[in-house]
Amino acid sequence: MSIQSRERKILLFLTIPIILTVTIFLIYNSRFMNKIKALVKKMPDQVKRLLIPVILIIAGFIVMRHLLVPSDFGKYGHYRASAVDEIASLEIKYIEHTVCEDCHDDIVQIKHMSYHRNVMCEVCHGPAAAHTQDPDGNQLPAPRERGYCPLCHEYLPSRPTGFPQIVTESHNPRRACISCHDAHDPKPPATPKECEACHAEIARTKALSHHIYLSCTRCHETPEDHKILPRDYHSEKLSNREFCGECHAENALAPKEIPRIDMATHGERYVCWQCHYPHLPEID
Amino acid sequence: MEKLAEHLWPILEQVTGYIYPNEVELYWRILIVIYPYVTGLVAGAFILASLVKVFNVKELQPTYRLSMLTSLAFLIVAPMPLLAHLGHPERAFEIFLTPNRSSAMAMFGFVYIWYLMAVLLLEIWFDYRKDLIIWAKSGKGVKNWIQRIITLFSTDTSERALKFDKKAVKTITIIGIPSAFLLHGYVGFIFGSVKANPWWSSVLMPIVFLFSAMVSGIALVLLIYIVVTLMRGKELIMASLDKLANYLFYTMIVAFSLEALDFIHRIYESEESIEILSQLIEGKLFVSLIVIQFLLGMLLPLLAIASVKLFRLPAELRRHIYFVSALLVQVGIFTTRWNVVIGGQLFSKSFRGLTAYKMTLGGLDGLLTSLAFLILPFVILYILVKILPPWKEARES
Amino acid sequence: MDIINIGRREFFERLVFSLLSLSFPGLLGTEEKDKEKNSIIEKGYDPKAHSWGMGIKIDRCIGCGRCANACKKENDVPPLPFYFRTWVERYIVFEGGEVVVDSPNGGVDGFKRRVLEKRMLRSFFVPKLCNQCANPPCVQVCPTGATFKTDDGVVLVDSEYCIGCEYCIQACPYGSRFLHPETRTAEKCTFCYHRIAKGMVPACVEVCPTQARVFGDRKGRASPLVRFMRMNKIRVLKPYLNTEPRVFYAGLDMEVK
Repeated sequence: MSIQSRERKILLFLTIPIILTVTIFLIYNSRFMNKIKALVKKMPDQVKRLLIPVILIIAGFIVMRHLLVPSDFGKYGHYRASAVDEIASLEIKYIEHTVCEDCHDDIVQIKHMSYHRNVMCEVCHGPAAAHTQDPDGNQLPAPRERGYCPLCHEYLPSRPTGFPQIVTESHNPRRACISCHDAHDPKPPATPKECEACHAEIARTKALSHHIYLSCTRCHETPEDHKILPRDYHSEKLSNREFCGECHAENALAPKEIPRIDMATHGERYVCWQCHYPHLPEID
Repeated sequence: MEKLAEHLWPILEQVTGYIYPNEVELYWRILIVIYPYVTGLVAGAFILASLVKVFNVKELQPTYRLSMLTSLAFLIVAPMPLLAHLGHPERAFEIFLTPNRSSAMAMFGFVYIWYLMAVLLLEIWFDYRKDLIIWAKSGKGVKNWIQRIITLFSTDTSERALKFDKKAVKTITIIGIPSAFLLHGYVGFIFGSVKANPWWSSVLMPIVFLFSAMVSGIALVLLIYIVVTLMRGKELIMASLDKLANYLFYTMIVAFSLEALDFIHRIYESEESIEILSQLIEGKLFVSLIVIQFLLGMLLPLLAIASVKLFRLPAELRRHIYFVSALLVQVGIFTTRWNVVIGGQLFSKSFRGLTAYKMTLGGLDGLLTSLAFLILPFVILYILVKILPPWKEARES
Repeated sequence: MDIINIGRREFFERLVFSLLSLSFPGLLGTEEKDKEKNSIIEKGYDPKAHSWGMGIKIDRCIGCGRCANACKKENDVPPLPFYFRTWVERYIVFEGGEVVVDSPNGGVDGFKRRVLEKRMLRSFFVPKLCNQCANPPCVQVCPTGATFKTDDGVVLVDSEYCIGCEYCIQACPYGSRFLHPETRTAEKCTFCYHRIAKGMVPACVEVCPTQARVFGDRKGRASPLVRFMRMNKIRVLKPYLNTEPRVFYAGLDMEVK
């Protein structure tokens, strides 16, 4: 990185005449020189001696600053501009999902219509950038053991309802997931017969209550297709108090042991499930 | 890689509650505790010496030069723990080249250089110049040559020159007092301006730092004066000691009031972080905060010196009380720095958990290195005292 | 910095011109700036045309940890439980108000079922990362200018320039920064700058199986982030600190600090 000759010429043409003019002006302007001389004379000897290291230090600092500050510092802001380029040219390990389709279009086509359409290939197969550079040399792993699918599909109470979860201890224990579910089209091998195949938590809770004698569909109107495409065909929830009154109202035609309330006065501003959890209404 | 993080596994087991995953490792450790302690001594010793000069406190004149040299000795050591702590000390000069103007830490370089060059070195130079010229002439040894070089080969001892020297010292002292405030106050600002950390973030932080610095500085001068005088076999001037202890007492009252104010304010406002901070103080920080910093480092010395002022105690007893109090103060102020630096990192910024700090014995960030950094100023002070003797006797010769 | 390779002639050239520059400050040293190749701009990426941000849907996150896992692989983050550019937290709120938070190895290996001490009221996962604040306290305190905010709103760290003072780590209210044990410089999430400069999305966004993470431009109409911000009520972490984060949460719970 040397100083360019064009800039050097500009500097020479600018600075040298100016310095010459100033020096000549100073020498011939004796009044100014006399003032300087008087100041220097008045300055005590020790201050004159002190000024030397001080000037040397300041000059040294300025020189070092010009030598050591990286040349591209301050170009975009208070930082070294080439840092942005250095960071932007780091190695990429995960390629975009669209790249897989170039070679594996058959699999991608199947996956595209399945429940895993939004799960990118690299989630299960790992970073694929090296594989695109050298497909045979860098083969990607395919998780086959039972431990991998539960990372997403294990039942955890913290997971949002509606996300397909299984309790791994009771769901076909020890069998590999892929023996029934094709990872690229993971619909269950058989349509679930009971609601509790997917809604196990609710079913277990309801099993502790009197409402065990109510089937899920008694309160939730559910189209048959919900078992096949649950997110596209939703089941209904109740919307009015009168439905609960069919069993729990004073004059309801229902078995005597069902607790009755006066529908007109018992919490008439609310729907029943704002206070009573319908799957286990016995608890507070 | 595994070796580098080996020390963190036991800490992971000591975590209570929830901390952010990156917070397992405590980043500012013992070296960063030493730095504010050392600069505090620098600022404290200097401010004491300056007040002596500016307000012409006759009883403390004998301690003036010693305080200045102490300040210089500690100042030379001050940046060393910082350099040792950096991940890349070889790049440390970048702070001078491209300082980020919004960063208090960037200002360190310039404040330090200003204080070292324009204040401390200059003041010592002007104060010692005449004596240095006389000493340099008195012999041909290495010491004399060093003294001659320090005078920058000046030989002017005329009345005019001496008058200028005296005026220069006075001027620099007056500039020096706010500079010393800046040197240590900005350290308090470094902590006090971190809004992410409620233990640190406080308007009072620079002021508290400064007053505890003055407390430790005065106590240090007291200690050094006693030790050095006894080592030289000379008589201790009780008037000086009484005055020093007096200043120590009143400064401690102010420092204590400020810390108490911060504490009361914190409890009264009872902000979001009060829960985890209470856990911290009642648990991990109990011994260092309540027992050492407050009881041993503040209350006990205050009571001791107060009893000296209330009851007319004999000089022998007073000396011992001052000495022990000054020692306790040093321990207390060091622990104050510990509580601020380490305490602020022991709780998580999620306010839900606490981590732990295990100080290593060896290594650049360990106990032995820290002790070395604390002993080094005394070694430097010894050398300085040999080249620039601060005793009255040396001046008269 | 290659100061060692300057020859004597160049040294004196620089010396003379440095001293001359006392009279013409700024004239020297600028000629190299203009001659510098604007490399990423040359490759077609103009930082000034973008303003990146991320959206996170708490109700979609299943806590699988694929994001944290992919981030470690993509960015060579040390595979130890002390260094994370992004991590996932699990919050369990019990009846009665007590809250338990955990993040086992940052969620990199997913979460296991936990024995619940009391009855659970609600529970959810919260992915966390550097918030790429528009008013970043970390940039404010960096003494050398090693960490900075680019024109497209990403806060980066220059590992060649960082001196490892760790002040930025102290200043970050979100715990997103750490000191890399080998380079001994500060490190944090970069929004996978090396990917977004090429039109890709960050690795964590790429692998999220439920699209809980949304990445895009904060400006413009056809941006997934803008739609996210239109359709959801948005919250940020620690808004009272006025760091102006650029990571927006939909469905953020009050217990998340």
